[in-house]
Amino acid sequence: MNTFFFGIYPYIAIAVCLIGCWARFDRDQYTWKAGSSQLLRTRNFRIASNLFHVGILFILAGHFVGLLTPASIYHHVISTEAKQLLAMVSGGFFGLVCLAGLCMLILRRMQDPRIRNTGSKGDLTLLLLLLAQLLLGLGTIVASTQHLDGSVMVMLADWAQYIVTLQGGAAASAIEPVGFIYKLHVVLGMTLILLVPFTRLVHVISAPVWYLGRRYQVVRQKTAQR
Amino acid sequence: MSHFLDRLQFFKKNQGTFADGHGVVTNESRAWENAYRQRWQHDKVVRSTHGVNCTGSCSWKIYVKNGLVTWETQQTDYPRTRPDLPNHEPRGCQRGASYSWYLYSANRLKYPLARKKLLQLWRDLRKHNAPVDAWRAIVEDPVRAQQYKQARGMGGFVRSSWNEVNEIIAAANVYTIKKYGPDRIIGFSPIPAMSMVSYAAGSRYLSLIGGVCMSFYDWYCDLPPSSPMIWGEQTDVPESADWYNSNYIIAWGSNVPQTRTPDAHFFTEVRYKGTKTVSITPDYSEVAKLTDIWLNPKQGTDAALGMAFGHVILKEFHLQNPSEYFTDYCRRYSDMPHLVLLKQRADGSHESGRFLRASDLAANLGQANNPEWKTIAIDEDSGQLVVPNGAIGFRWGEQGGKGKWNLEAREGGQDAEVKLQLSLLGKQDAVAEVCFPYFGGIENEHFTANKQQDILKRNVPVKKITLADGSAALVASVFDLLVANYGIDRGLGGEHVASSYDQNVPYTPAWQESITGVPRARVIQVAREFADNAHKTKGRSMIIVGAAMNHWYHMDMNYRALINMLIMCGCVGQSGGGWAHYVGQEKLRPQTGWTPLAFALDWNRPPRQMNSTSFFYAHTDQWRYEKLQVQEILSPLADPEEWKGSLIDFNVRSERMGWLPSAPQLACNPLELTKAAASVGKDAKDYLVEQLKSGQVSFACEDPDAPENFPRNLFIWRSNLLGSSGKGHEYFLKHLLGTKHGVQGKDLGEEGGEMPLEVKWHDKGPEGKLDLLVTLDFRMSTTCLYSDIVLPTATWYEKNDLNTSDMHPFIHPLSAATDPAWESRTDWDIYKGIAKKFSEVAQGVLGVEKDIVAVPTLHDTPGELAQALDVKDWKKGECDLIPNKTAPNFVVVERNYPDTYKKFTSLGPLLNKLGNGGKGINWNTDDEVAFLKRLNYEVTEEGVSKGCARIETDIDAAEVILSLAPETNGNVAVKSWEALGKITGRDHRHLAEPKHEEKIRFRDIQAQPRKIISSPIWSGLEDEHVSYNAGYTNVHELIPWRTLTGRQQFYQDHKWMLAFGEGFVSYRPPVNMKTVAPILNRKPNGNKEVVCNWITPHQKWGIHSTYSDNLLMLTLSRGGPIVWMSETDAKKGGIEDNDWIEVFNINGAIACRAVVSQRVPEGMVMMYHAQEKIVNTPGSEITGTRGGIHNSVTRTVTKPTHMIGGYAQLSYGFNYYGTVGANRDEFVVVRKMNKVDWLDGPNGDQLPQPLQTL
Repeated sequence: MNTFFFGIYPYIAIAVCLIGCWARFDRDQYTWKAGSSQLLRTRNFRIASNLFHVGILFILAGHFVGLLTPASIYHHVISTEAKQLLAMVSGGFFGLVCLAGLCMLILRRMQDPRIRNTGSKGDLTLLLLLLAQLLLGLGTIVASTQHLDGSVMVMLADWAQYIVTLQGGAAASAIEPVGFIYKLHVVLGMTLILLVPFTRLVHVISAPVWYLGRRYQVVRQKTAQR
Repeated sequence: MSHFLDRLQFFKKNQGTFADGHGVVTNESRAWENAYRQRWQHDKVVRSTHGVNCTGSCSWKIYVKNGLVTWETQQTDYPRTRPDLPNHEPRGCQRGASYSWYLYSANRLKYPLARKKLLQLWRDLRKHNAPVDAWRAIVEDPVRAQQYKQARGMGGFVRSSWNEVNEIIAAANVYTIKKYGPDRIIGFSPIPAMSMVSYAAGSRYLSLIGGVCMSFYDWYCDLPPSSPMIWGEQTDVPESADWYNSNYIIAWGSNVPQTRTPDAHFFTEVRYKGTKTVSITPDYSEVAKLTDIWLNPKQGTDAALGMAFGHVILKEFHLQNPSEYFTDYCRRYSDMPHLVLLKQRADGSHESGRFLRASDLAANLGQANNPEWKTIAIDEDSGQLVVPNGAIGFRWGEQGGKGKWNLEAREGGQDAEVKLQLSLLGKQDAVAEVCFPYFGGIENEHFTANKQQDILKRNVPVKKITLADGSAALVASVFDLLVANYGIDRGLGGEHVASSYDQNVPYTPAWQESITGVPRARVIQVAREFADNAHKTKGRSMIIVGAAMNHWYHMDMNYRALINMLIMCGCVGQSGGGWAHYVGQEKLRPQTGWTPLAFALDWNRPPRQMNSTSFFYAHTDQWRYEKLQVQEILSPLADPEEWKGSLIDFNVRSERMGWLPSAPQLACNPLELTKAAASVGKDAKDYLVEQLKSGQVSFACEDPDAPENFPRNLFIWRSNLLGSSGKGHEYFLKHLLGTKHGVQGKDLGEEGGEMPLEVKWHDKGPEGKLDLLVTLDFRMSTTCLYSDIVLPTATWYEKNDLNTSDMHPFIHPLSAATDPAWESRTDWDIYKGIAKKFSEVAQGVLGVEKDIVAVPTLHDTPGELAQALDVKDWKKGECDLIPNKTAPNFVVVERNYPDTYKKFTSLGPLLNKLGNGGKGINWNTDDEVAFLKRLNYEVTEEGVSKGCARIETDIDAAEVILSLAPETNGNVAVKSWEALGKITGRDHRHLAEPKHEEKIRFRDIQAQPRKIISSPIWSGLEDEHVSYNAGYTNVHELIPWRTLTGRQQFYQDHKWMLAFGEGFVSYRPPVNMKTVAPILNRKPNGNKEVVCNWITPHQKWGIHSTYSDNLLMLTLSRGGPIVWMSETDAKKGGIEDNDWIEVFNINGAIACRAVVSQRVPEGMVMMYHAQEKIVNTPGSEITGTRGGIHNSVTRTVTKPTHMIGGYAQLSYGFNYYGTVGANRDEFVVVRKMNKVDWLDGPNGDQLPQPLQTL
């Protein structure tokens, strides 16, 4: 059980995500979109969306840096205990920022008849999943106050590093001792990765950031026409 | 390549910069641009239109992409018309643009369907029986028949095959012909002009087998009987471009922007030229906001307003300060100078009788031919009585010499020039007191009466003459009588005449105020402006009128009141003037090319045709519930003792006298009758006359409820009879179909009402008269829902056909953009298939049979001169039975039934033998038949059709129409004008000569719409100099109107007209249908009940009158049935906008939502046409079954004056004259619903569960 969820399931999720995204990107170009409902109602959207995005982007970045940076490297900068405290405080803060934005978005999606009827049930389900995941994540912060020594954090980081270094068995045993709430958070996180190609989460991969640095005039070469 | 792999080149896409780094060159794929490029790329773009009885008749581009129709847009390539006129385009409204939805919608019919119960019986019995025997076993067994009849409308269709349904239909037809007679097979399809070939497919089949084609224009109540009364013309109107030639337009009950959308631009454009526009509508309609003046008379009182207009015009422009133009026009083109005999009444006063005729005078005033059909006037210069040219007597039977049926100012004896005298005033021998009936005082709780005496006696100048028999008589001119009728004081003293507009005397502007609610000053202003403009512009004042006013029981009064205004002002037949009555695509421009194809006149004549109003009145047993007594509508001048009987009695008398047609015709099988005649060695016609006289054989109409007189098979195509046009819908369901219905009232037997005298009463009204109901449609309509067999037809984008309208002068096609989808077929192919199967099944059952067809005394044939001076009924022994004189004509027609298919698919030999023609004109058409043999090729197969031109496909059929019609073949046009010239004595060929060699083919109109060629079938011209305008050739070519006097008639002198008080126009309030009182507050649900007038206009959210089940239209509207009501009435009933309400009376009930709007005046509710009961209709608390359609609360009621026949313009013609389906006098109860029940069973597949009724 433990081996499946933490040693095998992550690879299933990543594989589905990669292959699924590839297939969808090639087959259904027109579905590759964020599916924004901004046009339908702008009221409260700017604040909700920005809160959500600022929060989630920081959290995601925190997860990547926090989990994948080897201890040997970050110890040059910060101790394990301090790192956990930093993670709890900053993650907690941005988690709350994200939670506020997400709740507003969920309410907006449920209350506005135009958005409700235009969007799919999947859109709302996805938001609710994100909410669950966010609450679980915030819940882990509460759980972490019981062990401020950073031991659990190290176990989770080990798991993540085993996973990306393709050591599934070691990963599973590394995570075995952590509390149930952490495990639930990890499994749901894997599930969200699994769902990427089937939802508007593909927007995570594509965002018009290049637009910021775009030249004034873009000219295509004739030879490149296919 | 893979988009994903392309993305892997993401960082390599930049090939360098330019312009100091402000620009960048990339090698990104441009494939995404194809999406934009392909957006407007199509396999093909095809020209078609919507065959939907919309006068718009717009040509459309149909786009096909990947083999599917994607969308449609307006065509913009109409030929240019005339200099100074705006373009016709854009033509086409948003509603038409929504049509392509139907093609691939869930509502599309994809396969032949049959009612499951019927199919079970058929398959069961067919195993061991021949088709005809199997059918007999089903319909002659009451248990079996009831099984499927009572399931009608209850769902349960299953998929069948073309082979199987064709066999069932053929077996039913063959059996019915054999057992009951071919006239028991009925076909209803409306408006040939909207898709001529599709109409002709069914009517050709029916006409070949002796079935009956039903009329529609009169049944829809779109036919204004006042038009044939006044002009002898069904309906002829200006094209919409002619509005642009007008200087004063009244839109009277016509909601131009909403219902004439593609033409409305002419209405707005002409205002930029300074034309003044007036709207007259009771509600604040869309046209009201467009006009300079809006008058809102109470609904149903328009005639009162029209009378007041006429009063002002006559007084100011004919008497006080006569307009030379008006006087001259009326002298030449109206019956004003013609003399009317006055009848003395018991009290010494007089009443106007019939027109004085040449036969009344000594030596027939020199007229040997038809002297009793020639009217008399006085020559102003000589003071002599003369016979002016142009009376109907000159039209028929004149021997030798130059024809005199024309409007030259000459008399028919010596051909001397005459100037007809309008008034006797100043030259009178005496002044007589003449009685005029007054109806405006009749009490009706919903309308305000203006009490006056029932009989208005007014003084009229008269002349004393001596008649042929030596007796003395008083005569008066129509002009003098007309002025008296309008109540204008001419200084002759006496009562009931007004010298001031402010007197409350019929028919002054002050008098109408209490009836209509329109201020008198407005009436005087509009009348003055209207007439003054016509005076200054020689007739450029126009009245656009919709059917709204024509749907009232006394529609003739509304229409005659306004037409009189136009004639008084010399507007009819003048560019930019006249009567613009627009109701539907009644103008089948290539009509005479189409009739041979449609009614199989190339194989046998005459066809059987029936007026639907009388037919449905009798056969859906609406007459059994008749509440309107003849006494209520009789003139106070008539003797009630002379006019006994109920409405259906008058219809029966009319049919017996040969006035109206009959179907079924005789109370026996006509095939058997000819056999019986042969067995006694007699001529069938003589034998029938004997049998009728002795009473051995009777007319079917005398006992419509006897099983041998039932209509047995009914075909419906291109129509939604049960979802839209079927007035008295619930009676259809009960009696004709025998299924669940919502009729609440009791019949005359149960109620103890007055029984008809001429019709046999059966205590129990039959239910389920029809054995087989077959409907052809492309969508599951309400009509399909009630049918036994549903045949899927091609949509308007999947067939080849022809389309014309009265709104523009073009002929253009429907074309197949794609093949008919799924298993659907074109109407032409469907009937061809049925004809083929019929010919097979008939083998051995029917052979060469002799049929005898009863034909009424038809308009535009010598039969229209039937009874000139009086009305005599042979059945009562008042005269002898003389076919085509005092009774219908009887014609034997030989039919070889197994040859039906061969005849259907070829052009028969009668066109060579008898020629072709229409409207009383006949020409040789050998050239065209020979041409068609080369164009369509000759039949090479052995048999009756060998050597004839083929008509295999719908395009072949279209070519037949186009080749034979003068409007699309210049050679025929020249021949037809020449033929008319022989009767009028004038040369009219110049009207078509410039287009002599022009021939329009089907592919020509596919390339571009084509202007039609002027022909004598129509009274307007379509040429380089003038817009099409009705009556134009009457005025400018001096061709008489096809009336008794040959002129536009203010006066109707037929005995029945006078008895029902309509010799002259007057105001008659709506009749009391008595359908509300017996149910008002009798079945309470706790909510308040409000009584309102029931108005059913054309819709905004539907394609013309019928197609409202379209998702786009439903989305724009409210997604289901709605009724508009006023805020006041809503408040009274405690109703808020969008509440579920029920609308009901003893005819039935409707369940719908309320639209509460300031648009609607108090006292009326409006329900747009044909909101299908298959869309969002819950159960009714009153009936316990599903709520009905807009006709569920109506019952049709007929009018005796429309039954007149054999009398010049008052003669029957198919869709031309006859009873009309009036429905606007109806009142309903409106009540908020307590419980909205969708009648769904717990399981979605279960049949609807009956609702607990109150």
